[in-house]
Amino acid sequence: MRHFEQELEELKGKLLEMSAQVESAVQRSVSAVTQKDRSAAEQVFRDEARINELQIEIDEFAINLLATQNPVAADLRLVVAALKINTDLERMGDLSVHIAQRALSLLTEPVIKPMVDIRHMSALVESMVRKSMDAFVSNDADMARSVLASDDAVDSLRTASYHELVSFMEKEPRNIPQALDLIGITRSLERIADHSTNIAEGVLFLVKGIDVRHHAEARQ
Amino acid sequence: MSPMQAPSSRPTSLPEAATSGQPFHMQMADTKTPTLGEASKLSATDLVFHYGSFKALHGISLQVFEKRVTAFIGPSGCGKSTFLRTLNRMNETIRTSRVEGEILLDGEDIFKLEVSALRRRVGMVFQRPNPFPKSIFDNIAYGPRINGSVSRSGMKDHVEQSLRRAALWDEVKDKLHESAYGLSGGQQQRLCIARALAVDPEVLLLDEPCSALDPIATAKIEDLIFQLKDSCTIVIVTHNMQQAARVADYTGFFLMGKLIEFDNTTVIFKNPSRKETEDYITGRFG
Repeated sequence: MRHFEQELEELKGKLLEMSAQVESAVQRSVSAVTQKDRSAAEQVFRDEARINELQIEIDEFAINLLATQNPVAADLRLVVAALKINTDLERMGDLSVHIAQRALSLLTEPVIKPMVDIRHMSALVESMVRKSMDAFVSNDADMARSVLASDDAVDSLRTASYHELVSFMEKEPRNIPQALDLIGITRSLERIADHSTNIAEGVLFLVKGIDVRHHAEARQ
Repeated sequence: MSPMQAPSSRPTSLPEAATSGQPFHMQMADTKTPTLGEASKLSATDLVFHYGSFKALHGISLQVFEKRVTAFIGPSGCGKSTFLRTLNRMNETIRTSRVEGEILLDGEDIFKLEVSALRRRVGMVFQRPNPFPKSIFDNIAYGPRINGSVSRSGMKDHVEQSLRRAALWDEVKDKLHESAYGLSGGQQQRLCIARALAVDPEVLLLDEPCSALDPIATAKIEDLIFQLKDSCTIVIVTHNMQQAARVADYTGFFLMGKLIEFDNTTVIFKNPSRKETEDYITGRFG
């Protein structure tokens, strides 16, 4: 294997390490909410530093490859996709921290409603995160497209949950702080799904060389 | 204007994949983006070339678009320079060579044109600078004097204009009557471009024009190529793929005497259709 190919493999390896960290952060932040698990929330806060470090490492590594290797064709698309995916993963890490913060404020209060829809939504979001990175690792355009297809389902769940929580607030003003926390959590989960969608779009650019952003018909 | 303005014309040897399923940026209306099918200046059809018994070109069909830069890339011996040299019949100086097929310049068969008339219209600059053993002024005036295309009284202005077009005037205006051999390699190469421009060619063929130059001289030639394409159609053969990516509107990839892929340069370097092209430009070839 040529030196440059080894470097591209190293870049992918770093992104995989980052995605593993982010997947854990998403899972732990959701557990912190649904299981009322303080230690899971605290672990999310501790792991954020490594995610931030990796973001800088990956950006620097990719920019060095652009500067020194003049990548073209599939190699160029890989480096550009890596830069974009890196940004999305780091934002997903931040959103996990937001969820974990909300989880802490929910710890002491009795729940105003069962967590069924958050569990349902988070299962879907976690699967999108995993699939988008699996698609990246295996250059699998079909898997990337399946991630794009899940985004609408997450949006619908979030909208339904929002309306339900607003009605809780209207009925009983004491519910407002907790309902706002839950709205914040579903909002963060929805944003994580959006970032997974961005990653899946990046995979389609990498594998097929096509730009499907803002073109619904091309995502099929 | 070229009589060959067939908007739907496109290189006949293009693999279908190169033009179908175009990415979005190619589908958007953008007059600055080169699009296959614009006005053709040179058109080759089924061009076959032999050096003795060796078949160097296997039926090349492509179009060179007017006032655009077209680059040919490929490994040594792939036929790109042979093809370039066929465009102004430079290969005919090789005794054992044989050519079949058709090349049209503005719709006229170049093999039916008088060769010196063809070379006035299709100029050439070679890999190594080759100024004549004359003064800078006489190097530029040589062509117009032979052609009788410029009057004696107009020659001074014409030399200045040619040197300005080649971005060399400011560097040589005080030593026009000194030997051209006193110039640096990069200046000599721009002098050769100025000499080619002095007979007002419609097409300029550049055969690895920067391979003997340092990066600063190379950058000057590349800037010059950008300026010249307003008035001239340019075809360049280069081993430097980044140079093709930087200067060319279109790029053709040659391999073993065949044109493997021809497309908009950004498509070739971002998302080529053919695996052979991808392997070559990413350095995984062979």
